[in-house]
Amino acid sequence: MKIVLNGEPREVRAETLGDLLAECGFSGRVATAVNEEFVPSSLRIAHKLAEGDRVEVVAPMQGG
Amino acid sequence: MKRFYGTELPNPLMLGTAQYPSPAILEQAFRASGAGVATVSLRREGAGGAGQAFWSMIRDLGVLILPNTAGCHTVKEAVTTAHMAREVFDTPWIKLELIGHTDSLQPDVFQLVEAARILTDEGFQVFPYTTEDLIVAERLLAAGCQVLMPWGAPIGSGRGLNNEYALRAMRAEFPDVPLVVDAGIGLPSHAAHAMELGYDAVLLNTAVARAGDPVAMARAMAQAVQAGQLAHQADPIEPRDMAEPSTPVIGKAFLS
Repeated sequence: MKIVLNGEPREVRAETLGDLLAECGFSGRVATAVNEEFVPSSLRIAHKLAEGDRVEVVAPMQGG
Repeated sequence: MKRFYGTELPNPLMLGTAQYPSPAILEQAFRASGAGVATVSLRREGAGGAGQAFWSMIRDLGVLILPNTAGCHTVKEAVTTAHMAREVFDTPWIKLELIGHTDSLQPDVFQLVEAARILTDEGFQVFPYTTEDLIVAERLLAAGCQVLMPWGAPIGSGRGLNNEYALRAMRAEFPDVPLVVDAGIGLPSHAAHAMELGYDAVLLNTAVARAGDPVAMARAMAQAVQAGQLAHQADPIEPRDMAEPSTPVIGKAFLS
């Protein structure tokens, strides 16, 4: 399935958001949004991805 | 010192974590500043997991974490970012930034009030980055904010307190609300100035991170906020137009 991950088009096998994180090697403290909606970590496993979904994975970063 | 949503800060300095020459200098600058609060943000995680290394370093500093919504231009974007920050940083605190103007990074106060209301209703403890406008301040308090963070000058400009009169008026209008001058500080004298006005804390980043010697500047800022705070507590004299001799006139020898 084709999705957009952090702005980059990608072909992935994962069917849920939880699987996507594992497939793409994300671990530790990250937060997720799909199609501009926040998806809490507790719901990632149940969150089914669809063709063309825009997924954002963010992590702690320097800020002012 | 006033409490920030029930939390007492160890000192009146909040320090940003961006733009340092290296993680090691960031860490040294933090320790030199004694800052009790670190501002942080969220950005897209890369394959290398850079965010995790940063998180581990910040956590080891043992300071309170204040995540921001920097760069957000809409209520929806800011609210979503706040939710992500609450989960990642495990805190209800959010420095709410809603940028309205690209050049000045001036807050869009209309969206700010709306987002503050939504986030407060959802259990966040909002630190709104705002202007010195008193009516906006009232609206933010009515929306549930218990802290206000007016700008001193545009972010990163280092111009100090652009509108001392308005900042003074805000202090007088809201004597019981924790007030923080956020943004625009360039020098220790600016930070001291904010504290002399009776502000409860100063939030700065660029002035330290981009100084030639960030660690020394961090120490200077720490001393400045302490000096300003002490001066405010000491009840300074009022300026006057005419001279007044400090040495007693009575008893002076007649020699002419």
